[in-house]
Amino acid sequence: MLPNRAARQSCMPDFDPALVLAGPYHDLLVSGLKLSLQLLAITFVLSLPLATIVALLRLSPLRALRWFGCAYVESIRNVPLLAHMLFWYFGAPELYPESVKHWLYAMNIEAISAVIALTLYTSAFMSEDIRSGIRAVPAVQFEAGRAMGFGFLATMRLVILPQATRVTVPPLISQTLNLWKGTSIATVIGVSELMYQAAQVESASFRSFEAFVFATLAYLSVSLLITGAASWYQHRYPVRPT
Amino acid sequence: MIELIDTYWLFFLVGQYPNGPLGGLSLTLILASLGLVLALPLGLLLGIARVSPFAALRWPVTAVIFVVRGTPLLMVVFWAYFSLPVLTGHKTDQFTTMLVALVVFDAVYLAEIVRAGIKSLPAGQMECARSLGLSWLGAMRLVVLPQALRHMLPSLVNQFVSTIKETSLGYIIGLTEVSFIAAQINTQVFTMPMQVYLILGLTYFTLCFGLSRFAYWLDRRFNRGASIRVAA
Amino acid sequence: MIEIEKVNKWFGSYHALVDISESVGKGEVVVVCGPSGSGKSTLIRTLNRLEPIRSGRILIDCHDIHRPGLDINAFRSRIGFVFQQFNLFPHLDVLGNCTLAPIRLRGLKPAEARERALALLDRVGLVHKAHAYPAELSGGQQQRVAIARALAMQPPLMLFDEPTSALDPEMVGEVLAVMRDLARDGMTMVCVTHEMGFAREVADRVIFMDEGRVLERATPDAFFNSPQHPRAQQFLSDIRSPFAGAPG
Repeated sequence: MLPNRAARQSCMPDFDPALVLAGPYHDLLVSGLKLSLQLLAITFVLSLPLATIVALLRLSPLRALRWFGCAYVESIRNVPLLAHMLFWYFGAPELYPESVKHWLYAMNIEAISAVIALTLYTSAFMSEDIRSGIRAVPAVQFEAGRAMGFGFLATMRLVILPQATRVTVPPLISQTLNLWKGTSIATVIGVSELMYQAAQVESASFRSFEAFVFATLAYLSVSLLITGAASWYQHRYPVRPT
Repeated sequence: MIELIDTYWLFFLVGQYPNGPLGGLSLTLILASLGLVLALPLGLLLGIARVSPFAALRWPVTAVIFVVRGTPLLMVVFWAYFSLPVLTGHKTDQFTTMLVALVVFDAVYLAEIVRAGIKSLPAGQMECARSLGLSWLGAMRLVVLPQALRHMLPSLVNQFVSTIKETSLGYIIGLTEVSFIAAQINTQVFTMPMQVYLILGLTYFTLCFGLSRFAYWLDRRFNRGASIRVAA
Repeated sequence: MIEIEKVNKWFGSYHALVDISESVGKGEVVVVCGPSGSGKSTLIRTLNRLEPIRSGRILIDCHDIHRPGLDINAFRSRIGFVFQQFNLFPHLDVLGNCTLAPIRLRGLKPAEARERALALLDRVGLVHKAHAYPAELSGGQQQRVAIARALAMQPPLMLFDEPTSALDPEMVGEVLAVMRDLARDGMTMVCVTHEMGFAREVADRVIFMDEGRVLERATPDAFFNSPQHPRAQQFLSDIRSPFAGAPG
């Protein structure tokens, strides 16, 4: 846990950006940023297909599948990401077979647990965006596809999804922004991502201000890129009225 | 598992209270409620500033909102943790630190809800109120906000759900809210991490799912699906 | 009462109002008509500064209402404006809609404002709906309430922006009846409308606009019986033709 810094409030040194722009502290922070970006990329790649599957489950004609999809979404998004992290890091490994456990501990178990938690969490939110995007396409489009002889999946793939994409991508990008911010919570299980490294630098150098300015700017820059992507997409591919 | 609940339920609910500070689930709820209630007036002001015709007000507020929305809550918590003692000149406890971070963070999200609520009304309402001779602020207060707030009610409940989930970050600064208490129980029991964290998850789920359903019901009852949606 | 002097307005690169000059005398009823996109709604909206203008002047009772620094709120409270979409406030009942501005802006006591509102509601035939909410009223009833709401400020001038265009055909008559009644009482009125029967019967003058210009101004008789401008002739034959679709 972080120590309280109240004791040295009176002797806070002047801001010295050089400290985090080069040298060992800089390297620590940059390695943290890299790991954060990796968490973002891996989770994104895993979440998107999982979210699509869950969304299709929720829209399927079979009641049991719909119920399963709904249970997945509700049970995951109503629990804080932090609790997911704690569960997958501290709780779940107990249940794994010995061989998997050995493999996990040989790998980076912190990061893997974080990716599992982030993926489940993000995909639950993304599946809702995909689902409402699909529902935004009028039902007659689906009927028209089926009437031409396409099956459920083929109609989805050829008729509905291409139209739903334009509605769905902007909220998906906004979920990606949430995911980016969510990677910081991996700190609690000791994943050495950006937030973790900022706290490390802080406690090693007692330069909280510099470390946090670096981390904040890094988080903001990536957020800016993600938000920019959303505006670009909405401008380039506006929703076509049917 | 029954034994686990039987032994620790009180600790889980109130922490060491009355023999020590209040903690556990009750602290989580108090923190979330207080956070949202205090963030409301601030969010309302920011939201109105965001749609106001005065650029000198609109631009700085828009910039602040963008910065906070682009920053993880944990970063805001860290900033509060380290800057509050410097700013106030004395030691700040974890509860206050977390509360300040939550209020800042929630106010910005509420501002977006307020803005969306205002924007969801037909432009004719503001125009018509102005044509009667009301000033911009008068029209906002008497005509636009009363309608917008009603549309916003479900979003507010959903924001409360988010706030409850956000309080879990108190764990990181050692605030004895329910996640932290669960971790303490886990350390004491040691052999049942799976069960401890399942119970923690179930607790959050019951609370948040119940509230989400309530928000959904409000939405159906008052807005008939016409309520506003804010990109998270 | 209204002097419009060489008014120009642009929407981006689109010249919406071109050198408009008109005047409306006290007690006069002027109907503005023209095809959609002709600028007639824009013109009436500039008369209480809902739209800014690029150049020219609009004087109402000798006050330049586009002058910066003018207390536009005080001014607007003396101009009644009726919208195409009624714009009743859905969170207030009928009485609340009609008393909001008199209480807040004229400082009337609630009881006084209420009495005045009830008298006006009686005049538009809706006193029995005083406690209904806008959502419970038909379109025609809503528009009659909107007129009563505007009248509650006792404005010397009423502006109507296509007040019947959003109504089902069977409700147009009740709204026009209220407007006719107002005109007979000597109210100064500017109405943008497609209701040619109303124009013929009530208006002192008809102004025909197209593409941001006033192309013809005439008495109703002259305008309907012998329109001069070819576009006015075309417009009149379009709205009279049963195959041109419903007018408006």
